[in-house]
Amino acid sequence: MVAWTDFERATIKDIFSKIDYEVVGPAAISRCLIVYPWTQRYFAGFGNLYNAAAITSNPKVAAHGKVVMQGLEKAVKNMDNIKATFTELSTLHSEKLQVDPDNFMLLGDCLAIVVAAQLGKDFTPEVHAAFQKFLAVVVSSLRRQYY
Amino acid sequence: MTTLSEKDKNIVKTFWAKVAGREEQIGCDAVSRMLTVYPQTKTYFSHWKDLSPGSDPVRKHGGIVMAAVTDAVSKTDDLTGALLSLSELHAFTLRVDPANFKVLSHNLLVVLSTTFSNDFTPEVHVAIDKFLTAVALALSEKYR
Repeated sequence: MVAWTDFERATIKDIFSKIDYEVVGPAAISRCLIVYPWTQRYFAGFGNLYNAAAITSNPKVAAHGKVVMQGLEKAVKNMDNIKATFTELSTLHSEKLQVDPDNFMLLGDCLAIVVAAQLGKDFTPEVHAAFQKFLAVVVSSLRRQYY
Repeated sequence: MTTLSEKDKNIVKTFWAKVAGREEQIGCDAVSRMLTVYPQTKTYFSHWKDLSPGSDPVRKHGGIVMAAVTDAVSKTDDLTGALLSLSELHAFTLRVDPANFKVLSHNLLVVLSTTFSNDFTPEVHVAIDKFLTAVALALSEKYR
């Protein structure tokens, strides 16, 4: 079980109450597909991913961004048991979607960068650390069911 | 993975013009974040009196690192040559595990994002990420 300090709990809830899922989710996924183009292999059915402009304006990419944020929100609401919260999602990503788990942190890093842009100066090193720890726990939980 | 196209080099150089004058602050912020978010990196700085964000040794070191990165921006046609002595320093004297170069790079990207927000577009992000990867590779040259 992960030990969260009061500061970390409060910070994670605060970040997620401040960010706009409709903006951050799509921006993080698009950034991941642009900065790490090999991740596009998992989105072959999404249509036009030909260049950055196409990715940023692709409605399926945007929709998926929101799905990811909703998944993360489940973790925010269950910070003491993120592992159990993501058991099914982990199995899904491993068995059905067959995503290389190394990619999870690529999306995580893009999410950190997008949230950083949104929060600016408020994204202090301490807030940043809490957020990356949260992402690391999420990624670890998503990796769990792989065999 | 680390061949910089002309387009990449131009994007990096154009964006870096915005960085001018703020190198120390950006470098300080990047090193502060690295030490806070990835505490294992503190092991390389046990000789500093104060490792807290924004402290004197952190600020000074951030300035040194950013000066070197800024210099690399002007030498993208031969990063290996430009970073030769720094590579020897990191390999033989400092003996920093090269995995940490990626860690510092990520923190620098986060700082660029908080500082420049909408100007730090995905296109700029990928070009700078590629550039920093190339710098890290050049820094790793002398290791073995």
